[in-house]
Amino acid sequence: MIWQLSAPLIILGVSLYAVLRGEDIFGGFIEGAKDGLRVLYRIVPTLVTLLAAITMLRESRALDAFAELCRPLFALIGIPAECAPLLIIRPFSGSGALAMGIELMAEHGVDSQIGRTVAVMLGSTETTFYAVSVICGAAGVTKTRYIIPAALTADFAGYITAAAAVRWL
Amino acid sequence: MAMSVLLVVMMLVAVIYSLFAGTVSEMSAGLLGGAEQAVKLGITMAGVLCLWSGVVEVMRRAGLIKKLSDLLKFPLGALFPETRSDDSLRGDLAASVSANLLGLGNAATPLSIRACSRLHESAGRTGVASDSVCMLVILGAGSLQIIPATVAAARASLNAANPFDILPAVWFATAVSCATGILCGLLLRKLWR
Repeated sequence: MIWQLSAPLIILGVSLYAVLRGEDIFGGFIEGAKDGLRVLYRIVPTLVTLLAAITMLRESRALDAFAELCRPLFALIGIPAECAPLLIIRPFSGSGALAMGIELMAEHGVDSQIGRTVAVMLGSTETTFYAVSVICGAAGVTKTRYIIPAALTADFAGYITAAAAVRWL
Repeated sequence: MAMSVLLVVMMLVAVIYSLFAGTVSEMSAGLLGGAEQAVKLGITMAGVLCLWSGVVEVMRRAGLIKKLSDLLKFPLGALFPETRSDDSLRGDLAASVSANLLGLGNAATPLSIRACSRLHESAGRTGVASDSVCMLVILGAGSLQIIPATVAAARASLNAANPFDILPAVWFATAVSCATGILCGLLLRKLWR
């Protein structure tokens, strides 16, 4: 499968290019890995808190009930109903969505259709409300006009495409 | 504050629902199990996350990120007309979009803010988002991403057969989502008063 080569090829290509330009790639990988650890340092405490709450929700079966409620609507647009809790939390909280996504992947199987759809949705959408409020707030934009409706429509298109892409690819 | 409300709502729903569904003991075990799982995940995610952050750092050192932002200047000129005559503004926009493309998380947000406030200034800084400001924020919220490292790391930690084989689907979904955002932006700027 050609896609299985994508990650090694990206790493190899970048390394080769950098080495040919005389860059210290070993030092670069190590410096970057430290960045990766800083990201983890930031997200693990959040994950502990959120996964505790989300696992409570799952084990109480409340998430299943919610998914069943959404099933007829989701069937229309081709998204597995099990993804419903993820779609609710996604625009508001990035770490919350990650925690919910991990939970769903663990429960339904990381390589199952549901697990893969969840991963693609996480990878292809953004924490819309958070991004809009941070960027606009910091830049001094108070009237956001049509930003939110357009961004949410874009997210919605992303969810439908994610589900379809997992079925086709 | 929003997160605190979310947390309380989730726990409240879990406790109340478990009383009705008779799943109290599972729910209670889930509380501790979830916390434990989060730390395990953190440890197993570390490998992929550190490796990809390393790739991005190597790309930066080799000037590939600069190259990417140069490549973006032309399409950006089409989306943001005022940048055609302003090289430094276009450079800021290109840096912001390419940081988003590479999923530079920490670096991407300040760059987006900088680009957004410069666009806002060029429109007179009235507090009302100009069409270009709207377009930039829509693009920023659209998550153009080439390497979704955190998700791939999560997949790796859950023993996926190939953590990165979701890449083509992610690229496709991202592209459709961004195209939809751009189209909506172009359409709504005509309709919105």
